[in-house]
Amino acid sequence: MTAALQLVVDALSVGSLYALSALGIGLIFGIMRLINFAHGEFIMVGAYAAMLTAAIWAPFAVIVAVAVALVVALVTERLAFRRLRSSPPATLLITSFAVSYLLQNLMVLIEGARPQTVDFLSALTRSMDVGGVRLPWINVVTIAVTAVLLTLLAIFLRRTRFGRMTRAAASDFRMARLLGVRADRVIAIAFALSGLLAAAVAILLLAQTGTVSPVMGLQLALVGFVATVIGGMGSLSGAVLGGLTVGAVTVLLQSLLPAELRPFRDAFVYGLVIAVLLVRPGGLFRSAAAMQERV
Amino acid sequence: MGLLHRHQTLLILAAIVLVAALVASVSPLVVERIVIDTLIKLVMVVGLSVFIGNSGVISFGHTGFMVIGAYAGAWLSMPPNVKQIFLRDLPDWLIALQLPAIPSLLGGALLAAAVALVVGLPLMRLSGIAASIGTLSFLLICNIVYSHWTAISNGTGSLVGLPLFVDVPMAAGAALAAIAVAWTFQESSLGLRLRASREDEAAARASGIDVALLRLVAFCLSAAIVAVGGALQAHFLGTLTVGQFFIAITFLTLAMLVVGGTGSLSGAVIGTLAVAAASELLRLVEGDQQIAGLVITVPPGVRDVGLAAIMLAILLLRPKGITGGRELVLVSRPPRRLAPALDMTSRERTE
Repeated sequence: MTAALQLVVDALSVGSLYALSALGIGLIFGIMRLINFAHGEFIMVGAYAAMLTAAIWAPFAVIVAVAVALVVALVTERLAFRRLRSSPPATLLITSFAVSYLLQNLMVLIEGARPQTVDFLSALTRSMDVGGVRLPWINVVTIAVTAVLLTLLAIFLRRTRFGRMTRAAASDFRMARLLGVRADRVIAIAFALSGLLAAAVAILLLAQTGTVSPVMGLQLALVGFVATVIGGMGSLSGAVLGGLTVGAVTVLLQSLLPAELRPFRDAFVYGLVIAVLLVRPGGLFRSAAAMQERV
Repeated sequence: MGLLHRHQTLLILAAIVLVAALVASVSPLVVERIVIDTLIKLVMVVGLSVFIGNSGVISFGHTGFMVIGAYAGAWLSMPPNVKQIFLRDLPDWLIALQLPAIPSLLGGALLAAAVALVVGLPLMRLSGIAASIGTLSFLLICNIVYSHWTAISNGTGSLVGLPLFVDVPMAAGAALAAIAVAWTFQESSLGLRLRASREDEAAARASGIDVALLRLVAFCLSAAIVAVGGALQAHFLGTLTVGQFFIAITFLTLAMLVVGGTGSLSGAVIGTLAVAAASELLRLVEGDQQIAGLVITVPPGVRDVGLAAIMLAILLLRPKGITGGRELVLVSRPPRRLAPALDMTSRERTE
């Protein structure tokens, strides 16, 4: 029983990070049909910003990380994606790949290619023991922060004018524009939200691992794609569920696979993507309800 | 005259490769190695364009076929005593086998085409973006499998002692063969129908074109060509690691294709040459002393930033690439009289 509970907690905390990454990617895909490779780099620059300012004061580092990720997200949108808005999805895809490569190598130029470690909120890695279940504080914080962020985002998207505009654009961009939704503004909002989510992932990840490297975003962006595919591309709640599913599958495979197959764990996860694409091209959770409501 | 006229692009592209080979044969070793490396990239990019160019679907997975081709080539070409050291767990008959250069390359191509058939059968049924993500998943699976399945690859460690059989004639020959195959496919009825589906998938389907099947054919063919490129690269350097074929080379080959223009074979060739030239210039600017040395140099970033900037500039300013989707011709066809509406579409065609 405790073993199962332990597994659930692990799956939830891994899945939380994945869900936040997937949501950042899903938000932009929903509006622009852009698969944003550069989302991983938004996370990466956020983590570097926090790393470089961690010594000053942790809350300050958090603010800097958020600000930097937000600015980078908005600048990329303004300089690269805005001009290509009406291009075919393949052009957008390849552009985001180029943006991602550019940001990664700019960071190599500035900070070097080697991973760096930092002492950031490391007190959180201590564990508490609840009825036999080992609970590292960071897992609790990760799950709590994710829950709060998702709730706030849901409120923003449902209750505010900008949020409704964003949802309208995600469901039918052309129709929304015809009804007077400003495309520039709504896309900028989406990128800002995605930068915000990236910063949250960066901070939680940095507290968890204490390591940054220029290529650290790749893995998370890929998991984000995987999660959005599994959740059904364009569905926001699907992206969150997809992220949690990928987290759960990863943790389960880690504990269930025989030792000699364990190094291939991620290959199974990516194989799952192909399987989902084939069997349920609309995503696992694209039930009638998901089609009607996004977030 | 008609035949010559129709295939003049093929002749021009072949002439470009031959000129490059001639330059290399009278140049110092440094330049020769740069040219060989570029010709190998040309094989890869031409292979990529067979699929991406004709179908319009972006694939990130072809680097996976480079891995497959490179390792299969190594299994076939390495001397048995070296394989005893690095690849002990291969089947005995494969360890004992040692093939000459060209059969080894073709072996790699064959394996890649077979894998492409198995992987492509489901993937090609998907729509454009989903297929792209599927191919990306395929690349990651390849990377993980070859990094950890030590029996077939020596894991993340490197294979050394591959026969160094790639010289200028071989690289140029492979580039010529790749271009000829790609051109033949593009001009065949299969290629024409596939390009029709690229321009308008719904209309192509409505005209009875089996898009998934044609994409699958192109996928296998391009996988085979790209695999030859991967095997050439491995036998040019003499060492082989899985990491050699991952995101960096995926980016480089896609950048070459996009800069030249994905819509035409000439775009693949011109893009490869342009990006290779820019890349060498950036390397000089970088002041890297080890210019195209006998080991792969890991540049500290300026080159990659520059290449990404060039690719972005092309995407933003000239999304159809340098060639704009046209083929190189010396004598253009006399304009045909068409109704105005039809004329619009005929101008957008690659010809």
